[in-house]
Amino acid sequence: MEWTIYISFLGALGVLLVPEKFTRITALGAAVLGLIIGFNGAIEFGGGPVYQYLVRVSWITSLGIDYSLAVDGISVTMVLLTGLAAIAGVLFSWNIERRIREYFAFYLTLIGGVYGVFLSADLFLLFVFYEIAIVPKYFLIAIWGSTRKEYGAMKLVLYSFVGSALVLIGMIAAYVAAGTGTFDLQSLAATGFSPTIQDWVFPLVFVGFAVLAGMWPFHTWAPTGHVAAPTATSMLLAGVVMKLGAYGALRVAMTLFPEGMLYWRDFIAVLAVIGIVYGALVAWTQKDFKFVIGYSSVSHMGFVLLGLATLNLVGLSGAVLQMFSHGIIAGLLFAVVGRMIYDRTHTRSLEELRTMGLRAKLPFVAIAFTVAGLASMGMPGFSGFVAEVMVIIGAWHSYPILGIIAGAGIVIGVTYTLKTIQLVFYNDEDGSVTEGEELPPITIPEKVGAWMLMLTSLLVGLYPRVLLDWIDPAFQTPMFDGLGKAVGW
Amino acid sequence: MDYGLLFRSLGAEVILTVTALVVLLMDLKVLKGTPRIYRSMVAGGLLVIGCLGAVIHLNFFIEPAAFSDGMLVQNPLNLLVKKCILFVSLLVGLLAMEVRFTRDVGEYYALMILATIGMLLLAGTENLLLIFIGLELTSLSLYVLAAYDERSKVSAEAGMKYFLFGGMSAAFLLFGMSYLYGMAGSLDLPQIAGVLASKDAQPLLDVAVIMIVIGFGFKLAAVPFHFWAPDVYQAAPVPSAMWIGSVSKVGSVYAFAKILIIGLGDFAWGPGALVWGPMLVLMAVLSMVTGNFAALAQTSVRRLVAYSAIAHAGYLLVGLLGGPVDAYASVIFYVVTYALTTIGLFAVIGALQGKGPDLTFEDFRGLSRRSPLLAVSLFVFVLSLAGIPPLAGFFGKFYLFAAALMSDPDNLQLIGLVVIGILMSAVSLYYYVRLLKYAFVLEKEGAVLRIKSGFIGQSMIALLALCVVGLGCFPDLFMDRLINAVLSVVW
Repeated sequence: MEWTIYISFLGALGVLLVPEKFTRITALGAAVLGLIIGFNGAIEFGGGPVYQYLVRVSWITSLGIDYSLAVDGISVTMVLLTGLAAIAGVLFSWNIERRIREYFAFYLTLIGGVYGVFLSADLFLLFVFYEIAIVPKYFLIAIWGSTRKEYGAMKLVLYSFVGSALVLIGMIAAYVAAGTGTFDLQSLAATGFSPTIQDWVFPLVFVGFAVLAGMWPFHTWAPTGHVAAPTATSMLLAGVVMKLGAYGALRVAMTLFPEGMLYWRDFIAVLAVIGIVYGALVAWTQKDFKFVIGYSSVSHMGFVLLGLATLNLVGLSGAVLQMFSHGIIAGLLFAVVGRMIYDRTHTRSLEELRTMGLRAKLPFVAIAFTVAGLASMGMPGFSGFVAEVMVIIGAWHSYPILGIIAGAGIVIGVTYTLKTIQLVFYNDEDGSVTEGEELPPITIPEKVGAWMLMLTSLLVGLYPRVLLDWIDPAFQTPMFDGLGKAVGW
Repeated sequence: MDYGLLFRSLGAEVILTVTALVVLLMDLKVLKGTPRIYRSMVAGGLLVIGCLGAVIHLNFFIEPAAFSDGMLVQNPLNLLVKKCILFVSLLVGLLAMEVRFTRDVGEYYALMILATIGMLLLAGTENLLLIFIGLELTSLSLYVLAAYDERSKVSAEAGMKYFLFGGMSAAFLLFGMSYLYGMAGSLDLPQIAGVLASKDAQPLLDVAVIMIVIGFGFKLAAVPFHFWAPDVYQAAPVPSAMWIGSVSKVGSVYAFAKILIIGLGDFAWGPGALVWGPMLVLMAVLSMVTGNFAALAQTSVRRLVAYSAIAHAGYLLVGLLGGPVDAYASVIFYVVTYALTTIGLFAVIGALQGKGPDLTFEDFRGLSRRSPLLAVSLFVFVLSLAGIPPLAGFFGKFYLFAAALMSDPDNLQLIGLVVIGILMSAVSLYYYVRLLKYAFVLEKEGAVLRIKSGFIGQSMIALLALCVVGLGCFPDLFMDRLINAVLSVVW
């Protein structure tokens, strides 16, 4: 499965070398191969409560840093998500013309970094991949983006780096405090840091990662970044990059510092619920289509953080499932808004879009967005429903009141989603629709990408065990022993 | 005393001295009247041969030995640092070959070689006096190198500023060293450490330590002794600035670390720490904060590099505060990788700099189109300075901070310093990324003018970028040897 990483980096090199007319195919090939390798690796791994090492060689001997990659059910889920999002992203970038080689080189480097984070079993290595994933985002947004792209890109990168600076501080502190001269995640998790260390290092690491997960009040990079980014990059940002943050918070902060998590969990739960409600309310008031989706991402990522804070198995599994589900659905939403609509109409203003009669002109878009919207707001049958319900059940055990408020967040989500769908696509009744020019038809790559994402969400929604069978046992691995003992599951 | 052995042991310095003389002779007599580029190639070639010869000599013909009470000590660490100095100055020499700013090429290269000899002397000794002489030999050469561009008034100004500040720094240093000598009765660093070990803190000793710290503060361009740096970095000829920012840093940092760790020994981490510790802490904080924030406001890229150098001096000082072994190794690793990166960055600057005196962000506009190689290399150098993995700068910084914390995990002061250092690196990202924005994101109006730069320059830049990536991905290549060398010296 480690080849997911290498194939992406090789692909990044490849797109720079092959003739320009093969660039897209090369990129698509690398992305598809990544998914196939990931899928194959997942089957080889086979599930169960093990943390299975794939590679383990000494890298920087003097500091005890290993090049070690490993999988458990959580990694597998995230790798599959990355594979799907990567393919969809390439398909929705098919129309990029300008500086296309550089575009896909940055794109595949980002993907490689993301795979690396999800597979790293060594904290230092994880951090290295994490930073490799951050740098290309700046260029993807600043070069190929729209609306205030340089501002959005810089803001996103500075937020990410302040976050990773916090993680770095925590990482050095953990390394020094453990005194065992290793960065191996499993041994660090087994170390049992003293309560004082845990109480001050945990918030640094958790918040450092959670910045990237869009935790309120550090979320403001997300809407501006998403809006400024080109379509495929928004898809990746919401689809996988925000998950890097949540994954890091779970894999590093919570396993290494379980006592710290117990100490700070109330605080995190409250911030998560504020994020859910605030994101939803702000999304409701937006006039720019992409901002609606951008803020809805903040809201849905709140469920992930809430799930982590519940610290019970239902909530945690729900959080991981929600990472997957939101990755797929947000990708689809951004694809519809950014590629299918904006690239054709050149406007994202809801006011202007409502007069265009998009349902008649682009029926496929109407279907895709309606499906995505329903999935996003938690329609049973789609993945979002299962995941958010699991999180709320988990929250019900730990924080009944917050669970209810989060439920209210879902209701607000339903409201703004339906409002948006109605405004943009089903607005024929009030006669404001004017005959405009014809829009270019939806291309095949777009259809393939959209169907892929819709079907995935539907599959997971109808039969969530397909992922939960991976995810659930992962919390029984030795890595989560410390957390399990601290909480008592 | 076996003078034959001594002469052989000084082989590297001898080879370079002869090279310097040959360079002068060739330029004055043999090649008189030939075109500049030709003379430049010959002088540069001689420098490269000299440096290579010296490296080979150090690598194969030197046995560990010590002479005349530590005047010349050939231990593994000294030899390793000498090789680094030679390698780095060889790179600068190669890059200087294609730069055109003077007709007096021979003298320029001869001075560069003399400066290298000074650095070698200082790296190879454990004697206070010889350290001082080495520093002065280098500094005097550098004052001239900084002012070498005779057509430019600002170059003269930079040289003058560098000279005045350097002279002051030498005065402080000599003053401190003389007190240290007076207190310990010896010039030999291990002997000084032995004498000081039995002493308590006392005012005269404090004065000595403070003066030495100030003296090196100037050399490293740590705040508040940094005022010369922006002007020199901006106005000196590119190869001179390159030299000042790289080789001179390596040597000065090594000498400073050596005096602290070997010369003050236990005293430094015992009673003496109360004196220089807070001073270094203050200098480190001020350098990191001032350097990074001042760099945010720069429009001239070379001034920006200077302020970032000041910030990096701050990070270095944090590393020095750690315990002996890791502090030594991490500081040397950091300064060597930093030197390689700075040379690379200046090489890119040199390739972009036209006739004008200054280089602004605008000059980087559209670089990715005008020269992909330069742009990619710039990407590597800048992100390495910013401390992004997997580049050498990240690992260097990481080890520096880890070393500081490992020496005393519960020391709140050190934790605070590390936290400031890491947060300031995040600040620095803003100006580094801004440079990359001009190079990659913004495009130049009109036709793409490809940058013409020489073959040697291009290949050196590519080589340096590879080094920076290589040392970042496989730091053990250098780290292992370094740590072994340090362990054989510090016990």
